[in-house]
Amino acid sequence: MNKLVVSLSPHVHSGDSVSKNMYGVLIALIPALLCSFYYFGLGAIVVTAVSVASCVFFEWAINKYLLKNPQNTVCDGSAILTGVLLAFNVPSNLPLWIVILGALFAIGVVKMTFGGLGCNLFNPALAGRAFLLISFPVQMTTWPLPGQGFMTYMDATTGATPLALFKQAIKSGDTSVLNDMPSAIDMLLGNTGGCMGEVCELAILIGLVYMLARKIITWHIPVSILLTVFCFGGLLYLINPTTFINPMLEMVSGGLLLGAVFMATDYVTSPMSKKGQIVYGVAIGFLTVVIRTWGAYPEGMSFAILIMNAFVPLINNYFKPKRFGEVTKKK
Amino acid sequence: MKTFRIGGVHPAENKLSAAEPIKQAELPKVAVFPLSQHIGAPAKPIVQKGDKVKVGTMIAEAGGFVSAPIFSSVSGTVLKLDTVVDASGYAKPAIYITVEGDEWEESIDRSSDLVTLKDRREELTPEVIKEKIKNAGIVGMGGACFPTHVKLSPPPGSKPEWIIINAVECEPYLTADHRLMLEHADEILVGVTLLMKAMNVGKAYIGIENNKPDAIELMRSKTMKFIHDGDIEIVPLKVKYPQGGEKQLIDAVVGRQVPAPPALPVSVGAILQNVGTAYAVYEAVMKNKPLFERIVTVTGKSLAHPSNFLVRMGTPMSQLIDACGGMPEDTGKIIGGGPMMGKALLNAEVPICKGSSGVLLMNQEEARRSEPQPCIRCAKCVGACPMGLEPYLLSKLAENHDWERAEKEDVVSCIECGSCSFTCPSHRPLLDEIRLGKQTVLGIIHARKAKA
Repeated sequence: MNKLVVSLSPHVHSGDSVSKNMYGVLIALIPALLCSFYYFGLGAIVVTAVSVASCVFFEWAINKYLLKNPQNTVCDGSAILTGVLLAFNVPSNLPLWIVILGALFAIGVVKMTFGGLGCNLFNPALAGRAFLLISFPVQMTTWPLPGQGFMTYMDATTGATPLALFKQAIKSGDTSVLNDMPSAIDMLLGNTGGCMGEVCELAILIGLVYMLARKIITWHIPVSILLTVFCFGGLLYLINPTTFINPMLEMVSGGLLLGAVFMATDYVTSPMSKKGQIVYGVAIGFLTVVIRTWGAYPEGMSFAILIMNAFVPLINNYFKPKRFGEVTKKK
Repeated sequence: MKTFRIGGVHPAENKLSAAEPIKQAELPKVAVFPLSQHIGAPAKPIVQKGDKVKVGTMIAEAGGFVSAPIFSSVSGTVLKLDTVVDASGYAKPAIYITVEGDEWEESIDRSSDLVTLKDRREELTPEVIKEKIKNAGIVGMGGACFPTHVKLSPPPGSKPEWIIINAVECEPYLTADHRLMLEHADEILVGVTLLMKAMNVGKAYIGIENNKPDAIELMRSKTMKFIHDGDIEIVPLKVKYPQGGEKQLIDAVVGRQVPAPPALPVSVGAILQNVGTAYAVYEAVMKNKPLFERIVTVTGKSLAHPSNFLVRMGTPMSQLIDACGGMPEDTGKIIGGGPMMGKALLNAEVPICKGSSGVLLMNQEEARRSEPQPCIRCAKCVGACPMGLEPYLLSKLAENHDWERAEKEDVVSCIECGSCSFTCPSHRPLLDEIRLGKQTVLGIIHARKAKA
């Protein structure tokens, strides 16, 4: 007879795996990816390909040569995911060397320095974007306008994002620039300037539905972010509609949806309990509106998420799941 | 449809033997009776080598209040008092009996006539019922093996309101309780009325998961028959593991949550018994038959004929496996019980005991665990934990030997259901670590109490 395995229970497993989850998120990103290819053409494809390739390369190289990690995590899909999300967070006409630098920062500094998969404090793709935004403010904020034909890359005509237009109008008091604002429908479909992945809100919503259906994520983080932005933004709009942005517009503009669906829900850098996730989501929504309204940048989502990433250990400490029988215990 | 409120997972059901009627297993050549078949003090042997015993003869008496006597399931001669490797993996003291014929004690009523409470209402006072249960060596048949008479003696001051019967059978593969309900519904219901009478409660619930619609239907159609002996309600439950956990079942059926240990289910008014226990109670009280046989599911994907057997205790598992077409070539693991909470056995010679609900064979592919990967903090274990704990944190604390913090994070509330390890996408052995933490912290708490 064969040798028997003797191990502790449970003896069965759900069959879930790290790579199933990572590739699940990648599948959810496909609609948004196709949209960015459609609107920004060749530039989007080149930037995405380079970003993914360099993220995977850096992860593999650091694991192999610096950490000498026998169990190389490069196949689990997390580096590919970081690559796609990093590409989604930059304009499609960004020079390639800047993209590679961003990937090196995201994987090398933000992820691997902390110990690799599961150990990083900050979302690698977002931290990469923040690094690029601070280091290369000009290149990172010249947005190509969508729909200029397939072959456009570095030569694309550029324009401002809707949020930047609005900020400019409020700062200068000259509301005529608002005539250039795209319609809400255009913004929903992605026919505006912006980062590659953030323009088509509809595609992102399709991804959200897919991830919820496959139980890759739960509703808590995206819904609490979106509700907070809508309520807090709506409150400001009610106080003074001329200086504050319409909350409906706020919802479909900039990286809000991309952030709420794909960035804030990153497993590693979000809280563990449902209560904690809601606190985290509400804080991100609140900070986003604050930064967008009063901050120096027109876009607040990525900084709001990064700030809240830093609070996750504290949130985990103070917001525990409700223990079984807790109600009765207090009586 | 009702279910428990926190966490839970959905393992593949694999109820391969659900349609197989219960068959009488053949008598073993030598029956082996470990003295520790229950929680509490081991039983004390009262026979010696060479003694003649019959089916139903007491061979070991209870070793204390929290203990239970053991009865011979066969007739024959005591071969020796030795040890046997039981489901725990350790060699434990046991009585070996060589089987000769099949002669039963005369006191046992072997007819299949149904005796109801109505027929013997005067004679069966609560004290008499409890005494008979205690003397028949009945323990919880779901697997935990807690002596039933202890459960029926709640601490003074507590007020039992309901009997809740656990007919959930949430473990994948196992079908013993399912078959028992289909084939012995009347006896079970009489057993429930006996338990109600013993505890002086007016209401009983039988919780059954809705993957057993035939059992729900059948039991429901019969409850009215016993309405004069007690109000029994069948509660269909949404399929979710670990619904058969004591605390989860109470939450699902009556919506009350038992507080953290040392609180007992009776603190929220519930007395829990397994459906197999209710059947054993019927046989003990109405038929004078002590606990020496039980229904066992023998199953596995590679097994030729997964089956349900009525087995005399002490029968080695290998004999049951042979009766199902023999041990498959590719067997990689033998499990006593179900795949979620069962114990992997050292060999197939482990005897069937009071708590053996099933024998599960896994092939070599299924038997192996996957290589653990880094925790990605996906929080799926937190979502799955039916006790509202944080398995990722508890396992880390145990790994780091931070017992103080583990105690603060309620590690002792863990019911070891395995939902966390089952669900972990990184295949981390969460429950292994948590068990270590729980045992260590329990020891620390115990030592602290002893000092105080």
